[in-house]
Amino acid sequence: MTDLTKFTIAEARDGLRKGDITSRELTEAHIAAIEAADVLNAYIVKTPEKALAMADAADARVKAGDAPAMAGIPIGIKDLFATEGVRTTACSHILDGFEPAYESTVTQNLWDAGAVMLGKLNMDEFAMGSSNENSYYGPVKNPWRAEGSNEHFVPGGSSGGSVASVAAYTAMGATASDTGGSIRQPASFTGTVGVKPTYGRCSRYGMVAFASSLDQAGPVTRTVRDAAIMLEAMTGYDPKDSTSINREVPNFEAALTGDIRGKTIGIPKEYRLDETPEDILKLWDQGIGWLKDAGANVVDVSLPHTKYALPTYYIVAPAEASSNLARYDGVRYGLRDVPQGGNLTDMYETTRGHGFGDEVKRRVLMGTYVLSAGYYDAYYLKAQRVRQLIAKDFRDAFESVDALLTPTAPSAAFAFGSKSNDPIAMYLNDVFTVPASLAGLPGASVPAGLSADGLPLGLQVLTPAFDEMTLFTICGVLEEAAAFTAKPDAWWTA
Amino acid sequence: MELPPNISGYRIAGATGDFEVVIGMEVHAQVTSKSKLFSGAATEFGAEPNAQVSLVDAAMPGMLPTINRECVRQAVRTGLALGAEINRFSVFDRKNYFYADLPQGYQISQFKHPVVGEGTIVIDLGEGKHKDVGVERIHLEQDAGKSMHDQHPDLTFVDLNRSGVALMEIVSKPHLNSPDEAGAYLTKLRTILRYIGSCDGNMEQGSMRADVNVSVRREGEPLGTRCEIKNVNSIRFVRQAIEVEARRQIDVIEAGGSVDQETRLFDPVKGETRSMRSKEEAHDYRYFPDPDLLPLEFDDGFIDAARDSLPELPDDKRARLVSTLGLSDYNASVLVAEKESADYFEALLAALADRGADTSKLAQKAANWVIGDLFGALNKAGKSITETPVGVDAGAQLLMLIDEGTISGRIAKDVFEIMFETGDSPAKIVEEKGLKQVSDTGEIEAIIDQVIAENPGQLAQYRDGKTKLQGFFVGQVMKATGGKANPAMVNQLLKPKLDG
Amino acid sequence: MSNINEDTVARIARLARLKLEPEQLAPMATELTSILDWVEQLGEVDTDGIEPMASPVDAKLVWRDDAVSDGNIQDKVLKNAPRREYGFFAVPKVIE
Ligand SMILES: [Mg+2]
Ligand SMILES: [Zn+2]
Repeated sequence: MTDLTKFTIAEARDGLRKGDITSRELTEAHIAAIEAADVLNAYIVKTPEKALAMADAADARVKAGDAPAMAGIPIGIKDLFATEGVRTTACSHILDGFEPAYESTVTQNLWDAGAVMLGKLNMDEFAMGSSNENSYYGPVKNPWRAEGSNEHFVPGGSSGGSVASVAAYTAMGATASDTGGSIRQPASFTGTVGVKPTYGRCSRYGMVAFASSLDQAGPVTRTVRDAAIMLEAMTGYDPKDSTSINREVPNFEAALTGDIRGKTIGIPKEYRLDETPEDILKLWDQGIGWLKDAGANVVDVSLPHTKYALPTYYIVAPAEASSNLARYDGVRYGLRDVPQGGNLTDMYETTRGHGFGDEVKRRVLMGTYVLSAGYYDAYYLKAQRVRQLIAKDFRDAFESVDALLTPTAPSAAFAFGSKSNDPIAMYLNDVFTVPASLAGLPGASVPAGLSADGLPLGLQVLTPAFDEMTLFTICGVLEEAAAFTAKPDAWWTA
Repeated sequence: MELPPNISGYRIAGATGDFEVVIGMEVHAQVTSKSKLFSGAATEFGAEPNAQVSLVDAAMPGMLPTINRECVRQAVRTGLALGAEINRFSVFDRKNYFYADLPQGYQISQFKHPVVGEGTIVIDLGEGKHKDVGVERIHLEQDAGKSMHDQHPDLTFVDLNRSGVALMEIVSKPHLNSPDEAGAYLTKLRTILRYIGSCDGNMEQGSMRADVNVSVRREGEPLGTRCEIKNVNSIRFVRQAIEVEARRQIDVIEAGGSVDQETRLFDPVKGETRSMRSKEEAHDYRYFPDPDLLPLEFDDGFIDAARDSLPELPDDKRARLVSTLGLSDYNASVLVAEKESADYFEALLAALADRGADTSKLAQKAANWVIGDLFGALNKAGKSITETPVGVDAGAQLLMLIDEGTISGRIAKDVFEIMFETGDSPAKIVEEKGLKQVSDTGEIEAIIDQVIAENPGQLAQYRDGKTKLQGFFVGQVMKATGGKANPAMVNQLLKPKLDG
Repeated sequence: MSNINEDTVARIARLARLKLEPEQLAPMATELTSILDWVEQLGEVDTDGIEPMASPVDAKLVWRDDAVSDGNIQDKVLKNAPRREYGFFAVPKVIE
């Protein structure tokens, strides 16, 4: 019997439409796979009953001739997205037991398109992290292990649960969010496809905020086509989000033409860091070769302010976060911790002191500091100006190129605990993803090869704002050329 | 900072000399709108706790603000009414602080780039004296919820119904120099807001609250350190608060101390201000542009439409009543103080004109009647002009009856009293009670003869030169006619008979 | 070079209403100092005359019509409240 969890979204969609399979079958297979993969800790809330009910509804819908792209497709939802009546905590202790009375726009769009919810996925607390070691519910294990080793690796972050569930065939796709690389970097670490669309494509309504001017939702899937299908269902203008952009959503799947002849691809020279491992540089060169072979022009470009992107990000994101997280105060929802005889201020301090993990505290303090009297101009305003220069670098580059090709991350997945004591070393994980986040540009990571240790590595494609079509076209070509067929051995089912 | 001259000359005497008071005001005025500034929840006063709260107002995770067009429009109209510059580009900032009734942990406000810039309010200081008070800015911001500390022995209750309601913060320059001026400023601002309908001005319900900045200085000295008295909710309290705060500061200075810049609270029961240290500590609001909102931008067309929607403003109306109708500045000021009063007066004039009266002649009389008789009765009855039992038509009828000589001014007062009580028309009252003025010469002459005959002593005294007694005879005649005799005719006919 | 000492950490922790144990102050001071030293490389960048960028979206704010379209959901608003009384959220008593 075929293992239904191995289907791509596109295959399942076609099978469902033809009546070869049902959503109930697909969903049951995934529920079983999830049960068998508990050791990964990807799911923090499982919703099998809801999933089956949604599957049956989807089957009825398909039978009635109404089969939108995601009809009957079982997916996982990053715990950052509010799901009505289903616990949503952003993997923070401070949101203990929180059950929203509302649905995020992105998830609502997916349900409207017929998708089936399997459960809520683990992540770094409030999406702050690059290894998923910052979750109140414990770390997620990467389904991939190094060749010949039993050691566990991080799945990347913050969307660690999303990428692990997709890589381990416990979801056909997963929602994720990217503030500085949280879709692309973990996708690279797990051999999955991760797409961050242009800022403003996906509504942020109902998505727990980390850094409002950077947060953007996107899909994680196993193929580029699946990402195109899923992203199309997620996006769209939402009047409930003032930063959402009123633009027509193109048919992203139609971009998968395989034809990049005449396209010009830029290779930013500032991304060639001295410390980047040889295998990553080699893979990058390979990627350049594939695009050339497919008929693209490849040229060197310069993004002169690249090295300032991370420091800029680590001012802007914590500043916004310090304010966004002020609402977690123990008054209206979530954790409340009052010391014996304590007053309101004691309640705030104790609740927040207990409710937030170390990395969140670090960023809240950092953000509070850079916004405080006497420091605002030197840090926050300065960072906003440099951010403008970074965005301008991209605009200038896109005057002469259609897209940029870079590595997604400066390393493959690493071992637990290897970077968690050095915040800056951890932050450097996002060195290639953060610049586009600051500029609000679309970007994607496509699995392209294996590291010397046999761990997956991704290549990143970046395009101008709202040019996801070119993004998907190039990603499709890379995917085809890379022919990345390696799979993690399913040790977790043992 | 260059301040305008202290024209009212108000001083407070200290032990070591006179002090001048310098006052600036920050008025929070609730914008008249159906829904909140950033959510679709209702703004009505007096709902069940937390009933008029959306998930946005309660700052649920992932909730986002969306701006209400009407609130922007009303802020722009207000700016235009104050002759202020309108900023076509403004920015919403977050003002970060923790409080139980501030769900987001920040207030969305405008800090660096407010929607309205500098303007002017002309305040009325009586006796035709006016003063220009500078307005620094107007910005839009969210109101907080309400904390109730007295409902439970060890809990504070929080109601978020007000959370997110739109406020205009109208910031004056420190151009006020006395409690009277501060009162006049608030009165005038309230009048303007009510004229244009951007705020209902209801201070009891908290639609208008003032933060009052007070400092004192000896004449010619630089500005003193100011204290901010927060959330004063009536004009009377504003005046009291200024008096006691200025006195307190003078006492501190004269005792050799210095005034600390701080936030204070006015306690009307104790008649004192006290420090609010609890709110003061560590106030570092960490303003930054709200990344959930884009800059607020509009074009000239929007401003023009807002301007076109403005009614005649009180200063313009007062000037017009004085110049075209010849009203006294006092009467005109009283009539324009409330838009409803001015509307009533103007409708009354229109009704008189409909009845063929020459309004340029009757305007002053009509004004006196509205201000004296009508306002007096309304005041006594505790009613507002919108609740008057004597409508514009009835008022016009009454004034016409006097003007045509059908009833005397004296009788008119009685008729008005009945009108006010019963709502009946004056014609009906005059008819039923037989109050028509007696203007028949023969009838009046007969009564005069009778009165003279009955008072020979007084007549003799009159003829001896005590001519003031004419008043006595007029009174007797009026009495004999039940006040209905036409007084002008009585005088006219009486004189020759007394003189013999 | 920035130098955040324990007093500064305590001050900003107070501003952020975050309880830190006394023994957490020193390591946090060290970490924040090293992060700030690292971000201070932005000082190298010439940003004279550069407009600060607050959002990647280059558009003006879209306005909502003034209509009552929300609220009247007291149950949803209070649903997750740690403590509620008579339709209010309840918190430890505040003495003003
Ligand atoms: Mg103020
Ligand atoms: Zn204010």
